[in-house]
Amino acid sequence: MAYDGIVACAPVTVSYRRFSINSAHWWIGRALHDLTRAAGIKPSDIDGLILSSFTLAPDTAVGVTQHLGLTPRWLDHAPFGGACGIVALRRAARAVQCGDAQFVACVAGDTNHVDSFRKTLTTFSRFAQDAVYPYGSGGANACFALITKNYMNLYGARREDFGKLCVDQRDNALAIPFAMMKKPLTLDEYMNARPISDPLHLFDCVMPCAGAEAILVCREDVARSLHVPFVRLLATIERHNAFPDDPIQYRGGWAMDVDELWQMAGVTPSDVDLLETYDDYPVIVTMQFEDLGFCHKGEGPEFIRSHDFTVDGSFPHNTSGGQLSTGQAGAAGGYLGLTEATRQLTGKPIGHAVKDAKIAAVSGFGMINYDRGLSSGAAVLARAS
Amino acid sequence: MTRPLEPPKRKNPLKKTKQPLYPQSIRSRTAQGLTAAAALGRFELQKCLDCDAVIYPPRDVCPKCLSARVPFVPVRNGGQVLAETTIRTSTDPYFRERTPWRTGLTKLDVGPVVLSHLHGDVREGARVRLDLRLDKGGAPVMIALPDQETQHMADDPQLREMTCDPKFRRALITDGRGAVGQAMAQAFSEAGASIVFVGVADPWKPFPGQDALSKISCVEIVPLDVTDSESVTEQAEQIGGRVDIIVNTAEHVRPGGIMQRHGLTVAREEMDIRYFGLLRLAQAFGPGMRARGADGTNSAAAFVNLLSVHALMNWPQYGGYSAAEAAALSAAQCLRAELRPGGVKVLNVFFGPLETEWFQTVPPPKVAPAALARAVVQALQRGQEELFVGDIAQDIRARLAVNPKALERELG
Amino acid sequence: MAADLVAFARAVTQGAIKVVDLTQTLSQEFPTIVLPPELGQCAPFRIEEVSRYDERGPAWYWNNITLGEHTGTHFDAPVHWISGKDLPNNAVDTIEPHNFIAPASVIDCSRECADNPDFELTVPFVEAWEAQHGRIPPGDWVLLRTDWSKLPYPQYAGMRDDGAHTPGPTPGVVKWLVEQRDVHGFGTETIGTDYGQAQHFNPPYPAHFYMHGKGRFGLQCLTNLDKLPPKGAVIVAAPLKIKNGSGSPLRVLALIEEAA
Repeated sequence: MAYDGIVACAPVTVSYRRFSINSAHWWIGRALHDLTRAAGIKPSDIDGLILSSFTLAPDTAVGVTQHLGLTPRWLDHAPFGGACGIVALRRAARAVQCGDAQFVACVAGDTNHVDSFRKTLTTFSRFAQDAVYPYGSGGANACFALITKNYMNLYGARREDFGKLCVDQRDNALAIPFAMMKKPLTLDEYMNARPISDPLHLFDCVMPCAGAEAILVCREDVARSLHVPFVRLLATIERHNAFPDDPIQYRGGWAMDVDELWQMAGVTPSDVDLLETYDDYPVIVTMQFEDLGFCHKGEGPEFIRSHDFTVDGSFPHNTSGGQLSTGQAGAAGGYLGLTEATRQLTGKPIGHAVKDAKIAAVSGFGMINYDRGLSSGAAVLARAS
Repeated sequence: MTRPLEPPKRKNPLKKTKQPLYPQSIRSRTAQGLTAAAALGRFELQKCLDCDAVIYPPRDVCPKCLSARVPFVPVRNGGQVLAETTIRTSTDPYFRERTPWRTGLTKLDVGPVVLSHLHGDVREGARVRLDLRLDKGGAPVMIALPDQETQHMADDPQLREMTCDPKFRRALITDGRGAVGQAMAQAFSEAGASIVFVGVADPWKPFPGQDALSKISCVEIVPLDVTDSESVTEQAEQIGGRVDIIVNTAEHVRPGGIMQRHGLTVAREEMDIRYFGLLRLAQAFGPGMRARGADGTNSAAAFVNLLSVHALMNWPQYGGYSAAEAAALSAAQCLRAELRPGGVKVLNVFFGPLETEWFQTVPPPKVAPAALARAVVQALQRGQEELFVGDIAQDIRARLAVNPKALERELG
Repeated sequence: MAADLVAFARAVTQGAIKVVDLTQTLSQEFPTIVLPPELGQCAPFRIEEVSRYDERGPAWYWNNITLGEHTGTHFDAPVHWISGKDLPNNAVDTIEPHNFIAPASVIDCSRECADNPDFELTVPFVEAWEAQHGRIPPGDWVLLRTDWSKLPYPQYAGMRDDGAHTPGPTPGVVKWLVEQRDVHGFGTETIGTDYGQAQHFNPPYPAHFYMHGKGRFGLQCLTNLDKLPPKGAVIVAAPLKIKNGSGSPLRVLALIEEAA
């Protein structure tokens, strides 16, 4: 069933900061404040809320309603890490479609105290506690190092290929004021950077930071009445714990549902003007190129070598720089591509514009539980006219 | 190729001693099934009783058929390393100061893919044996070892973090007057300990084996009486900073029950030696050992208690003895919790009757002191926390696991 | 009489009467009597600190001690032996207190023991001593000076494959001292009033058997006997008043006239 008449509008990014003494509640509050201003609505108009955060404890979404003075008739908590933006969009769209809510605020926000990262890890998941954290990495780096190494062994990807992705994304980020990384990156610098966990080096890893992102989902006629620029939702997919018998993750859940995505959207990958992938690590970006149908499995390295991913290149990709350049603001990283795609399609980019952007694909991935990311999702968005 | 361990240099007394750290040791209750296996030196994973699937990481439900019958059982530990990585930096303080540290993903022949530490002689693509060990914090971890034994294998720095190898360490055998203490001194000397302190009480009373004991290589006899607080404190002041492994061989074996005995003097001796003696050793040596858990190649590593298996279930024929052993066991469990923050392991060794004079009339099978000593050394080399030596001990353990009440009747 | 007592006390304070301490310090290292392992043993001296100006007791220091009635320098009461079990006033709490002060005859066999741990005190040896120093008065302690207390503990205990080898009296001389000399009791420097190998005597352990059988007393693990004159020292030896006690560790003091 398609998403006729459902739109997303008012993309919000609360400027990222490396460290913040404020709480996640503060960041989420800022995002909702900016969202209502951008949409021209009152906080009391928000009758639907879906929230994602890693640093909200001891609260969940319910506590936030009272904290922020909201009285929604539809409420959800979406702990899906980097897939949370896509999942929130899916949930919100159906709620609005069925009339369960008129304005669903989709928000993700996280603070970053000096010890947030380490503390988050110790309580991240049961499998991480029992079978990952005791093995030394102090994070997901070792897991993704192993996934990267395996992918390189399987398909002949080289560090230079991953480096190219990072370099192009950095280029895109230079025009983004809220990006944490402000200097250009050369392939040499990428190759010679400090090793983290072989084969990953410094620029393969995102920088955790504090930040928040939000978007509003409502019916098209409502958006029009508010004179708010919007994008149409053509299709979405979602999957968790895909391919559990793959010894090491070399493909994500998108591969299970990719045909349905393009069928529902009514367009093909070649129609896509910009692609926003979830870039916790370059190897996962490469998998998204393959699993979303932009090339075949194993052709990722060649795809990278033969395309230019800058905003005005042959394949605009992570046009606000991706998390590898903007930083990962916790769960808000799951919205980075969504808000950027919405801005590009409504002609209001923060950085440089993708020329004549009509169709955007946005992809999410997250929740490293043991040895692989469990959640994946994707959406296809279209310009209003 | 593992580099052989260098004998440690003399400690620089002006340098700050490295404080003990250990990896995160929180585990879910189900994952403690791995702790139980690692403590005994076994390799066990959950296996679904309904569909035979082997499961890892630990779960409460079978991921293939949703059965809740997923007990831990011994499984084959062979596998192949699919991918490896060398961690160069970590937010975890323990690993941060021990990088580079190698981990990898191994596909076990029995099914699951396991993230584990890698022994230095293991490479990507190699066949390995996965071993379950207790890490520095006493928590269960997997380590992939070479399929065949390699040279100096035990000297691998990542592996040695998980063991209490006597090699190059200094041991204190608390009582050398008896056969067990003497066999222990011999075994530690052969295992490469740099000094084997042997405690002897009442030096004015000669004892058999005295000459041979003093001739064992690296043995240093010291006055030590575990029934005398001052003696224990004084010895700790003298050698405490140089004791890495303690093996408490002070024993008191007498037949007789509770009601059946006449008077309390024997019971007092039993408790004074077995329970209070352990307390004295713990109070005098424990704090120093706990502070030295990360003190280089010859860091403080283990406190070994030799216990009758009847600490777990009283044997009325030796009922007074069993009760004192039970007191010692409980104290040892407390000591384990107290020493763990320092990365020092408490190894509890259980055995049935020994081939020693006070078990003279007990029929075989009995454990020879030399066999006991060898088993203790091996268990320390594997970093175990529990060890059952000999047929009787294994038998008692098996019966306890099935029906303790039946065992109670069978013993009395 | 009262003036004499006060004068006596002053004489002690001023040193005209010297106090010689015949007591070994109660310590954990001092050897104790060792019996066959199947039998009950004498508790060794042990001391556990209760507090020492610390969190267990800020302004004070004190200990709890454990010991047996026969640990260290100690007194044996007649009830200690089977032969004295039915005598009246035979326990440390019922012995009449005047028995705790008595003169002593000190018999020196230190030279004979110097190279012979199996030296036996016999009647002829005592008669030869009497020929020099006069008859042993009735009511005197007989103290056997062997200088054994000067030996390092291993030789002092004298433990060998067949038990202890330490000097002591024969059955004959003990019986004679009790019946012919009416002595107060027998005192030694060694562990036990009896000869080291006295288990092989007839009767075994005669110093206990005959002395306690006739209501006499024992003192052992004494020291400084070499500082006493052969006759004329007055011994003060008052055991603890333990209910039905068979003996007790105690302070044994000898009062002697200071040489002019």
